[in-house]
Amino acid sequence: MSLIKYESQVREPLVDGHKTYHDVTEDICHTIEAKPTRLWYIGFYISVALLMFGVFSVYREVTYGIGQWNLGRTIGWGWDITNFVWWVGIGHAGTLISAILLLFRQRWRTGVNRAAEAMTIFAVICAGQFPIFHMGRVWMAFFTLPYPNTRGPLWPNFNSPLMWDVFAISTYFTVSLLFWYAGLLPDMATIRDRAKTKFRKMMYGVAAFGWTGSTKHWQRHESLSLVLAGLSTPLVLSVHTIVSFDFATSIIPGWHTTIFPPYFVAGAIFSGFAMVQTLMLVMRKVMGLEQYITLSHIEVMNKVIVLTGSIVGCAYLTELFMAWYSMVPYEQDHFFKYRIAGPYGWSYWLMMTCNVISPQLFWFKKLRRNITFTFVMSIVVNIGMWFERFVIIVTSIYRDYLPSSWSLYYRPSIWEIGFYLGTFGLFFTCFFLFAKYFPVIAIAEIKHVLKTSGESYKGEMTGIERMTDEQLYADAHHHDDHHHAADVKVAHN
Amino acid sequence: MALKKFVVGCFDEEKVLFPAVDKVRHAGYKIHDIYTPFPVHGLDKAMGLRDTSLHTAGFIYGLTGTTTAVTFMSWVFTKDWPMNIGGKPHFALPAWIPITFELTVLMAAVGMVLTFCYICQLAPFIKKHHFHARATDDLFVMVIECTDKTDESALSAYLESVGAKEINTQVAEDGWWIGRYDREQKLYNEPTIA
Repeated sequence: MSLIKYESQVREPLVDGHKTYHDVTEDICHTIEAKPTRLWYIGFYISVALLMFGVFSVYREVTYGIGQWNLGRTIGWGWDITNFVWWVGIGHAGTLISAILLLFRQRWRTGVNRAAEAMTIFAVICAGQFPIFHMGRVWMAFFTLPYPNTRGPLWPNFNSPLMWDVFAISTYFTVSLLFWYAGLLPDMATIRDRAKTKFRKMMYGVAAFGWTGSTKHWQRHESLSLVLAGLSTPLVLSVHTIVSFDFATSIIPGWHTTIFPPYFVAGAIFSGFAMVQTLMLVMRKVMGLEQYITLSHIEVMNKVIVLTGSIVGCAYLTELFMAWYSMVPYEQDHFFKYRIAGPYGWSYWLMMTCNVISPQLFWFKKLRRNITFTFVMSIVVNIGMWFERFVIIVTSIYRDYLPSSWSLYYRPSIWEIGFYLGTFGLFFTCFFLFAKYFPVIAIAEIKHVLKTSGESYKGEMTGIERMTDEQLYADAHHHDDHHHAADVKVAHN
Repeated sequence: MALKKFVVGCFDEEKVLFPAVDKVRHAGYKIHDIYTPFPVHGLDKAMGLRDTSLHTAGFIYGLTGTTTAVTFMSWVFTKDWPMNIGGKPHFALPAWIPITFELTVLMAAVGMVLTFCYICQLAPFIKKHHFHARATDDLFVMVIECTDKTDESALSAYLESVGAKEINTQVAEDGWWIGRYDREQKLYNEPTIA
C-alpha cells in the first residue's frame, strides 16, 4: 500500500463510457459469440486465396529450385530476406507493448496488448518461412539443429550469425507464444463460463486449462507475467540485433557497420507500431471497440512512431556520414554512387520520404489524433520500412568490387512476389481467425485498470486531488492501520 | 480426492470484499480460496498467503540454460569436433554469447510456464469444480471449507452480515479430474444471483 493511490484526472481515461465489470465482459465477448459478419467472410476468403497463391509459389520454388526466383550473382539475397527482416521487425511492436510497457507500468498497453501480441506471433511465423524456403532444399532444414547425427556427429557452426538467427527466431516465437497464451488462459475461462452451446463450452474448456481464478493462481500468474516480460524485453532487443548481425558481421560495404543493432531495433519498433495502427484502427471500428482503444491510445502510439522514425532517420544520416568520413573508396562509392544515386536511387528516396520525412507530421497534435491520417501514415511507414530493408540488402550487393561482377537490374519473379503475397494471406488468415475466436482485448487486464482509469471512476479522484499532502498522508496511514481495509483505490495500487 | 462441504459467499465490490476478508479471518474461519475475475492486488496479502517463489524457479531454469549452452558449445568446438574457422580460437566465447543468451531465455520461459501449469494444476482437459460461473465475469467468490465443528447456518449468517450478496452451501470435489465442460456441469445457468 502506498501513498500514490490515485490516477490524475489530467491523464485521459483508458476506458471510455460508464462500464461495470460485466459490461467489459459483454463488450469483448459478444463478437466471439455472434455469427461472423459478411465483412469478416469477405476478408477471410481473400486472405485464404492469397495464402493459396503463396502455397503455389512456394510449391514452384521447392519443386524447380531457387531458380524460380530472380536471384543470382551477385544478388543472393533479394525479396526473400527483405521480407524476412520486414516481418520480424513487425513482430517487435507486440512484444514491446506487452513486455517493455509492462515493466514501465504503462497502463495504456492493456487495450492493445493482446492483439499486438497475436500480431507478433503471426508475423514471426510469416518471417520464418523466408529463410527456411530460401535454403532451397527445404527438406534439409533440420540440418540447422544441433542433434546427434550420423555424419560425425557434425555440429552446426555456433559462431555463425545465421545460426544465431535460428536460435533467436525460434526462441522469440516460443517465448511470445507462451507469454500470449498464459495471458489468454483467464479470458478463455471467461468465455467458457459464458458459453451457451455444448461445443463452445468444450472447446473453450479445453483451451482454458481448467482455470478457476483462484487468488493463489492469480498471484503466480502475475509473477509469471512479470518475469516473462523481464525475459522478453532483452529477448526482443536481441532478436533484431542478431538479425542485424547477419549483415553487420560481414565485410560488404553498406552492411559492415556497428550502428546496425540499435538502428535495426528502432526500425523494427517503428514498423511494428505502424502495423499495430493499421490493424487496430480497422479492428476497433469493425468490432465496436472504440471505448477500449481510444484516441489517446492512438496518440501515444503515434508518439512512439515519431520517436523511432526520428531515430531511424538519424541512423540513415550517420551511415552516410561514416561512409564519407571513413575515406574508404568502396564505402563511399556504395553510399554515394550506388545507393542514393544509381539505378536503385528511387528506392532510397522512397525510403527517406516514407520513414524520415512523413512521420515528422506527427509532431502536430491534430494529426496525431486524426484517425484517417494515422491510418494512411501507418501504411506509408510500412512501405517505407519494407524499402529500408530492400535498400540495405539489394543496393549493397548489386555492384560488387569489380565492374565485371556488377549484376543486371534485379526484378522479382512472379513466384517471389507470390511468396510475399502468400505470407500476407497467412498473416491475415491467422488474424481473422484470432479476431473471431479469441478475446481481442485482455478482459482481465482491462477489469484490473477499470476502477483507476475508467472514465466513470476517474471522477472519484476529485476528492483526493483536493487533499493536502498531510491529509493524504494521514489518510494512507489510516488505511494501513486497518489492514487493507475499505478503500478500493488502495486495493488497486 | 474427496468431496468436501463448502460455504460460498459472493461479493460484487472490492470495497466490501477487503474488510470482509479481514473480518472472516478474525472470526476464526479458514478461507479455502477467493475466486476473482482479475488479479486483485493486495488480496493475497489480506488472505495471508505467502509470496510465490515461481520467480526463483525461473532463475534456476535460466541458469540451467546458460550452463547447457556454454558447456555444450565448448565441448563441441574444443573436444568433439574442433573446426578451424578462419584460424580463430576454438574456444570462441564472445561468439557464443547470442546462443547462450537465447537458450537462457528459452529455458527460463519454458520452465516457468510448465512449473506454473504444474503447481496450479492447469492443463487441457483438466476440470475443476466452479463455485460460481460469474467468478470469471464480475463476482468475487469467497469459499470457506466446513469442518466438523463448523456451524453452516451461523457461517452463512456471518457472511451475510459482512456483505456477501449470495450465499450457498456446496458439496464439491476440491481437486481436479479429467473431464469435459460440455458434460457433467451446466455452467452459466446454474448458480446465479441478480
